[in-house]
Amino acid sequence: MSFFGIKGVHVPHRKHTADCHPERMPIPKTVVIPMAQHIGAPAKPVVNVGDTVGVGQIIGEAAGFISAPVHASVSGTVKKIDTMANSNGGTMTAITIESDGEMRAHESVVPPTVTNYDEFVAAVRASGIVGLGGAGFPTFVKLSVKDLSKVEEVVLNGAECEPYITADTLTMTDRADDIFEGIQLLEKYLGVKKVIIGIEDNKPQAIKAMQELSKKDSAIVVKPMPAAYPQGGEKVLIYNTTGKTVPEGKLPLDVGCIVMNVTTLACIAEYVRTGMPLVEKCLTVDGSAVATPKNVIAPIGTSMKDVFDFCGGFKEEPRKVMYGGPMMGIAVPTLDEPILKNTNAILAFNDKDATLPDETPCIHCGNCINHCPLNLNPPAIAKALASGDGAEIAKTKVNICMECGACVFVCPAHRMIVHRNKLAKAELRAYQTKLAEQKKKEEENK
Amino acid sequence: MENNLIVSVSPHVHGKRTTSNVMLDVVIALLPAAIAGVVIFGINAAILCAVCVASCVVFEFLFTKLCHRRTTVGDFSAVVTGLLLAMNVPATLPIWQAVVGSFIAIVIVKCLFGGLGCNFANPAITARVVMLIAFTGTMAAAVPPKAIADSVDVATYATPLSVLPAGLESETVTAFMEQTSIMDMFLGVRGGALGETSAAALLIGFVYLLVRKVITWHTPVVFIGAVFALAFAITGDMTMALYYTLSGGTFIGAIFMATDYVTSPSTAKGKIVFALGCAVITTLIRFFGSYPEGVSFSILFMNILNPYIDKWTMKKPFGGVKA
Repeated sequence: MSFFGIKGVHVPHRKHTADCHPERMPIPKTVVIPMAQHIGAPAKPVVNVGDTVGVGQIIGEAAGFISAPVHASVSGTVKKIDTMANSNGGTMTAITIESDGEMRAHESVVPPTVTNYDEFVAAVRASGIVGLGGAGFPTFVKLSVKDLSKVEEVVLNGAECEPYITADTLTMTDRADDIFEGIQLLEKYLGVKKVIIGIEDNKPQAIKAMQELSKKDSAIVVKPMPAAYPQGGEKVLIYNTTGKTVPEGKLPLDVGCIVMNVTTLACIAEYVRTGMPLVEKCLTVDGSAVATPKNVIAPIGTSMKDVFDFCGGFKEEPRKVMYGGPMMGIAVPTLDEPILKNTNAILAFNDKDATLPDETPCIHCGNCINHCPLNLNPPAIAKALASGDGAEIAKTKVNICMECGACVFVCPAHRMIVHRNKLAKAELRAYQTKLAEQKKKEEENK
Repeated sequence: MENNLIVSVSPHVHGKRTTSNVMLDVVIALLPAAIAGVVIFGINAAILCAVCVASCVVFEFLFTKLCHRRTTVGDFSAVVTGLLLAMNVPATLPIWQAVVGSFIAIVIVKCLFGGLGCNFANPAITARVVMLIAFTGTMAAAVPPKAIADSVDVATYATPLSVLPAGLESETVTAFMEQTSIMDMFLGVRGGALGETSAAALLIGFVYLLVRKVITWHTPVVFIGAVFALAFAITGDMTMALYYTLSGGTFIGAIFMATDYVTSPSTAKGKIVFALGCAVITTLIRFFGSYPEGVSFSILFMNILNPYIDKWTMKKPFGGVKA
């Protein structure tokens, strides 16, 4: 590994909205709140059609350990509980609430009592907060540590390496106090001695705001990093801030790290202070088709269409609309898709930006290999995938691919590498399941 | 309106690099040396360049048409092959032989193996080697530069590499060095293939490729550096080592042929191994083989080893554990 840390790809920044302070959008007429907005088991609906709900009321409770509760984001009446297509192609349950326009808080919204570690983790669990950087992993699970002495540092992710997105930047500049409160909570209840905030150096205002915090608390270290995608990838961030390598199949905690997005932490602090769960989200609205790009605070469940309308609608016909940034964002088939807890941006591209060049033959330039932050070999993965041999796919370690897309960005032949890696991962999972079954059978026969 | 939305796998932005602009950069990088070839050897050099480029493009176009494949001439890779091939032949080569060479490069070495990206050996190098064996008389001809063509006996004029092995004490070498200074060698005023003689022009192309990030420094620097070091180790003389390094196809081979994406390793480590191998074989052939020049053979040989070098020098997946 390079002495200078993992290098990245120079993607265009396009941080047009870096100075746009978030604007709260008007209350939407209806919101559609999916029960699966996180990694893990979907929440279980606990309201019925016709029920009146208040803001912050639980409408879906966590179903299992790795799960998160879901709360009403507007006050009003439950209109529908049905299934909708999720952006991964599957289906999920969603609750439609018709807003009464009052935004009346539910009586359950009171600041939680937090006096020790267990109460703190319980509070984070009740807040419904999940990884807001994009992954959507229930945050309290990360904080559920068996042996607190093993936590050497918390790394706060303020890298925001995706083009366009500035939501985290604005959290750092506008909500620095919340972040500071959050850090104090971590110090108090988790006994954290060191907090590293990793920020790409194309956000000087955010670096400055965070450096102000480090003056107040010597445990806080601000680590500016070169603006090179994907600095915000978990393993990349850990390596570039602490020098530690997270082994395949292990978690950051196994090397003594807890990684958390800056906005996630700010939201935890807000919840502990106010008792209002995660019911709204600040997100960047941008892209070549959007009339007035800005940062918007929207209730969770607001349709993309309502948010785009708030930004002046479209100046050109949108041809591609996505959740998240252009490097890892998920393109959606309709503007009815709701804003989710982990939505940090929605982008709409015009025809020119939406159409990508066709794939041409691989010329073995090695760009993908030399730019992969995890040192994978995409041509070898493609070859293994074509062979259909699970053992060959396993050797390529495609399972550690985080689908950051750096390889595709630098590929002169526009090879669909991420697409193939996803397929290879699926093949690998099938192969491993088959192996496990075979092994089980053999043992039974013994 | 909404039915018009494109749904595709991320990423949704691509970099500016395309295969055709990479190839175009290589063409641009080759131009100084091609122009130097025309200045040094005359208009015949320009004609050969045009013939090779045109025939390579036509052969590729016809082949893809014949096989009902999408035509790939738009990516300029055939232009690169044609230009490289032309620069590897003497300025006096008969036109028909240049056309045959282009056929070998494009149809046999490239298209028959599956086209761009699928050939295991560099088309221009392989064609040069085939031509060297098939048309030894015209391919190995020692063509004197225009500047000294009137003052030398063309019949006895020799390329540096056929003179140098006689050793520093020999009269022919002393006479050759008097006639062709180190500066002449550097600028390219000496016998050889039309595009290989001017190290100066080739270096301009090298710098351009580095600036445009088409190639990295590893292969050319290690290749040329090792050729020099080995020549110095064997002859024990700095001047001789310099002459050897500036002779034959060292520079064009190291900068343009050994860096061919398709047929050379991907990682820095792999490139260094590849370049060292090229330099060692080049030196062995030059000093101990029956051919005066070994750059083409060395690159072709290393092309064949390339899949293994690539495999052995691949990076280790980050945090990967043994399966």
